[in-house]
Amino acid sequence: MKTGRPIAQSRRMLSNRLMLVACLGATTIAVLVLSALLITIAIEGTGALSWSFLTSFASRKPAQAGILAPLMGSVWVCAICAVVAIPVGIGTAIYLEEYARRSRLKSLIQLNISNLSGVPSIVYGILALVAFVRFFGIRSADDPWTFGNAESIFYLQIPFGPSVIAGGLTLALVVLPIMIIASQEALRAVPQSLRQAALALGSTQWQVVWHVTLPAALPTIMTGAILSMSRAIGEAAPLLVIGGFLLVFQTPTNLMSDFTVLPLQIYNWAGRPQTDFHQIAAAAIIVQLIVLLAFNSIAIIIRQKLQRPLQS
Amino acid sequence: MKTIPLPKTNMDQPTTTSTSAEQSAAPAMGSAVAPRAEIAIEMQNLSAWYSKNQVLHAIDLDISAKQVCALIGPSGCGKSTLLRWLNRMNDTIPGARANGKILLHGVSLLDPTLDVVDLRRRVGMVFQKPNPFPKSIFDNVAFGPRLHRIYSRTDLEELVEESLRASALWDEVKDRLESSALGLSGGQQQRLCIARAIAVGPELLLMDEPCSALDPRSTASIEELIRELRATYTIVIVTHNMQQASRVSDTTAFFYEGKLVETGPTDVLFTTPKERRTEDYVTGRFG
Repeated sequence: MKTGRPIAQSRRMLSNRLMLVACLGATTIAVLVLSALLITIAIEGTGALSWSFLTSFASRKPAQAGILAPLMGSVWVCAICAVVAIPVGIGTAIYLEEYARRSRLKSLIQLNISNLSGVPSIVYGILALVAFVRFFGIRSADDPWTFGNAESIFYLQIPFGPSVIAGGLTLALVVLPIMIIASQEALRAVPQSLRQAALALGSTQWQVVWHVTLPAALPTIMTGAILSMSRAIGEAAPLLVIGGFLLVFQTPTNLMSDFTVLPLQIYNWAGRPQTDFHQIAAAAIIVQLIVLLAFNSIAIIIRQKLQRPLQS
Repeated sequence: MKTIPLPKTNMDQPTTTSTSAEQSAAPAMGSAVAPRAEIAIEMQNLSAWYSKNQVLHAIDLDISAKQVCALIGPSGCGKSTLLRWLNRMNDTIPGARANGKILLHGVSLLDPTLDVVDLRRRVGMVFQKPNPFPKSIFDNVAFGPRLHRIYSRTDLEELVEESLRASALWDEVKDRLESSALGLSGGQQQRLCIARAIAVGPELLLMDEPCSALDPRSTASIEELIRELRATYTIVIVTHNMQQASRVSDTTAFFYEGKLVETGPTDVLFTTPKERRTEDYVTGRFG
C-alpha cells in the first residue's frame, strides 16, 4: 500500500493495539504480584518446612514449633462445617428452586441470601459468639447442660464455648450463602424439559428432584461444595471473634475440644517481632496453600470427569 | 385423593405392533364411515386462562377411544393449552386455571381432589423437543415402570424391550441399551420418548407437535409409528403441519383464537369443511 490508509482505519488499528497492551499489562501485574508473593514465601518458608514441623505442637522456640494442632483443628472445623453447610445448603436450594412458587416471601429470602454472601465474615463471628459460644446467655458456661461423657467424640455441652463445634458452625454460617447460591445455579442449569418429562410420567415433585434434577445437578453442586470448603479453611476473622485459641498444645478429641486453625496460627506467628517466627509463618502458609490447591484440584477434576451434557 | 377407575388396560403387556393386524376391524384411516367408537374424552364448556388472559372459550369436544385426533390451528389458538389440561401439566404453570368439564372415561380431570400423579401415569405425553433423560437408553424406558413399580409381573427387561419394539426403535438400539440416550439422533430420541411414555401403560397418549424438531425422514418414521400405535392407544396430537394432520389422524379439530371452529372426520374436514375459516386454513390461505 503506497497511498496512505484512511485515517479512521489507522486510528482503529492504534486503539486495537493499545487495548491489547493494556489488557496484557493488567494480566502481567496480577501475575507478577502473585509470583512475588509466592516466591518470597517459598524462600522464607521452605527452610522451616519439615516432617517435624507438621507433627509438633506450637512452641516458644521457633525452631521446635510445629503446626499439628492448627492442622488437625482445621480438619475438625472444616469437617463439621461440611456436615452442616452442605446438606442445609442443598436442601435450601432445592426448596427455593424446585418447590417454592414465585412469591414475595421467596424473593425476600432470595434477596437476603444474596446479601448474606456479601456480609463480612467477622459479622458472622459476632453472631456465632452470641448464639453458639454464649447461647444467648440463657445458660451460664460454668453450669452447662451436658450430653454424653468426655471420652466420646460426640461429647456436648451447651453453651458450646469456644470449642471445635462452635468453630465449625461459625464457618458453616459463613459458607452457607455461597453453598446455597452455587447449588441453586446448578439446579437452574438443569433443563426444564427434563422436569416436564418426569412429571408427565407421573413422578411426584420429590421423585422429579431425586431421580432427575439432583443427579443432573450433582457434579456442579459438588464443585460448589468444595469451593465453599476452601473458603471455610481460609477463614481467620470469625474464629478469632468467637475466641479460637492462638496457642493450643493438643489435637481435638471431641466436639468440645479447644482448637486453633491454620490461618489463626499464621496470624499469630506473622504478628510476632522475631524474624524466626516469620519463617515458620511462611512455612505454615505453604502448607495452607497446598491444602487449598488440593481442594481446588478436586473441584476441577469433578467438573471435568463427572459433568456430562444434559441435552444433546 | 381420587384415582381413576379404568378398565384394565395393557399396563402389563404393552402391545407389540404385530397385534395391529388383528384390529383391522377398526375403521380404516380416512374412511367416510362415521366411527362408532367408545368416547374416551368428553369436554364440556371448557374454558381456560393464564392469569387474566383467556386462551380457551367454551370448548365442547369428544374424542373417541383408539383413534388419532389432531388439533390444528394457528399459533396461540389454545390447542397446546387444551392438550396440557388433559394431563394437568398446566398445574405447574402459576396462574393457569380452567372451568368447565373434562371427562376421561367418565372421571372429571378438573376435580381439584384428583390424584394428578396417578392421572399422568395413565396419560402419556410426548413433547415438542425430544427430552430424553441424560441416562442410558434402558434407564430412560425403565424410568416410569420403576417409578410406579408396575413391572412385578413382567420382567423389567421384557417390558423395556416390548416398549422399544412398540416404538419401532428396538432393532436400532438393542445392542447399545446401556449407552447414553443423548447419543441417539433426534428422531430416535423422539421414538425413545414415545417408548418411555408407553412403558408406563397409558391408555391416552398426548403429543405436542412431536415432529416439529425433526427432519423429514424422522418425521415419516414417527408418523408411521403413530398410525401403528392407534390400534392400542387413544392419541391426541397437536400439529402445525396440515399434511401431517391429514396423514395420521382420524378426526381433526380446528381451533382459532381459543375457539373450536369445526371438528369432524379428517377427510371431511379437509375436503368439504363447513366453515369458511377452516377452509382458508387447511388450504393454506392464512395461518
